[in-house]
Amino acid sequence: MSGPADLTITEASARLSAGDLTAVDLTEAVLSRASLTEAVVHAYLTLDQDGARQAATESDERRAAGQSKGPLDGIPIALKDNMTTAGLETTAGSRILSGYVPPYDATVVERLKSAGAVLTGKTNLDEFAMGSSTENSAYGPTRNPWDPSRVPGGSSGGSAAAVAAGSALGALGSDTGGSIRQPGALTGLVGFKPTYGRVSRYGLIAFASSLDQIGPLTRSVEDAALLYEAIAGPDPRDSTSYPGELEPVRNALEEDIRGLRVGVVTELSVEGIDPAVAAAFGRTVDRLADAGAEIVEVSMPSTRVALSAYYLIAPAECSANLARFDGVRYGLRVDGSTVEDMMAATRAEGFGPEVIRRILLGTYALSAGYFDAFYGQAQRVRTLIIREFAAAYLQADVLVSPTAPTTAFELGAKTQDPLSMYMSDVCTIPVNLSGDPGISVPVGLDEAGLPIGFQVMAPALAEPLLFRAAAAVERAADPVGRPTIEEVPS
Amino acid sequence: MPIDIDIAHVARLARIALSDEELEQYRSQLGVILDHAAQVQSLPTDGVPPTSHPLDMVNAFRDDEVRPSLLRDDVLEQAPDAVDGYFRVPPALDVE
Repeated sequence: MSGPADLTITEASARLSAGDLTAVDLTEAVLSRASLTEAVVHAYLTLDQDGARQAATESDERRAAGQSKGPLDGIPIALKDNMTTAGLETTAGSRILSGYVPPYDATVVERLKSAGAVLTGKTNLDEFAMGSSTENSAYGPTRNPWDPSRVPGGSSGGSAAAVAAGSALGALGSDTGGSIRQPGALTGLVGFKPTYGRVSRYGLIAFASSLDQIGPLTRSVEDAALLYEAIAGPDPRDSTSYPGELEPVRNALEEDIRGLRVGVVTELSVEGIDPAVAAAFGRTVDRLADAGAEIVEVSMPSTRVALSAYYLIAPAECSANLARFDGVRYGLRVDGSTVEDMMAATRAEGFGPEVIRRILLGTYALSAGYFDAFYGQAQRVRTLIIREFAAAYLQADVLVSPTAPTTAFELGAKTQDPLSMYMSDVCTIPVNLSGDPGISVPVGLDEAGLPIGFQVMAPALAEPLLFRAAAAVERAADPVGRPTIEEVPS
Repeated sequence: MPIDIDIAHVARLARIALSDEELEQYRSQLGVILDHAAQVQSLPTDGVPPTSHPLDMVNAFRDDEVRPSLLRDDVLEQAPDAVDGYFRVPPALDVE
């Protein structure tokens, strides 16, 4: 089954401009797909049908009046439910924010609205974006449209599943340790984490503030470029937003890869990588070489401890950020006889096990007597990793690795063993620590028909270079196609 | 380095009320994770400064202009308990 809901943003945009598709028809196609798939896939926490229909009608009216706002006008886009939306419930996948209706829009939401996008609703996620499978949501898991017995990855699993299933044409996710790129890989999509600071975090419910970054999940590299250009750029409301002017990336997509030095990171491409993933990765590297890229081997031994550093830094920052959920200003409150009892009871009731685990881990790593051995040491290791990336970029223009060590795994396969779940992010975490941009591009299917992702990394703020290489990877890749929607049992 | 965690103290610092059984479960899981995380101690870092911001940015300044902020009533509408324009909470001290 294939229809307007299966178009890329770029294709839909061209048809809207040509007048052979309306935003209302496109939005109805997406909503009707959602009604077919949601019972099983559960990509959305809030599907805003009324808001989407209203926005689509307004888009068609603008276009008829010759006042289209550009390529995203009338395009149905989904938002991860950790981005605030004025007047629309925002839960971050947590019981502690059940019923919370924000009084303001996140900057990215404001920018998508002003580009004319039709916002379809809020997608499921691991609670507060902590997880790699979307099984940690307080509202039940999301399933992978390619095989509903498997996870869509996480934490932006709802956004990925919506775009894969056709209940949105594109979506925004957030990436703290791989939460856009890994679900992108597991659902056959492009997932892009921009340079830290390139997209405003204003209105993104904070997990780990020195690592979090918003980015797109789309069906093509060009779509990712389009969404990125709409949401990125300086924002005075986020003091970590990078002040330099935004460089466009779409004009880099046509440049070929001839002469570009592509560095294969040994430590991220060999050990612990599933054979089918390794084979697809190797095949794609060979084709890049055929297309004229110069392939070099790059060794980055510090990346072996990146996961360890990450699981100290991210929990430490989360333990501070999540202190704000205390039953005073918003969300859940559980009564207690003193304010401290009330807070402790509210937090025990409102947070799920993974969030509690990370808050405790971070609290411990920051506590007196352990600070230097754990958090301080992790931040020094982070400096070593940044230096190692700088050295690697003397040998290569871009770096590549598989995005995730395996294809999509079964629901429940890793929930009892936090450390094995954490390992799913082993290839994606290094660029969160370095702040550099990274993108996952689908490059083929394994023998079970599950998608495989290929990661490209580039120096900070070198998004045009990253997109040039990603577009070449897309051209070199085996076609991944779309999941078969009829086979989803109802 | 053997990891010894006073989990009840950590939970108290984090303001999360947990049962003895839950505390024990988290203590053992944190032990496994910290054993792995302790690998950060395997790299020599003498004289290496800690990272605070990956792009090496310093302060961000903006003009000191009066701008509209969120409306108080809109914000208080989301509070579990509010009175007279304030958030209301139980007493801070346990009075008999």
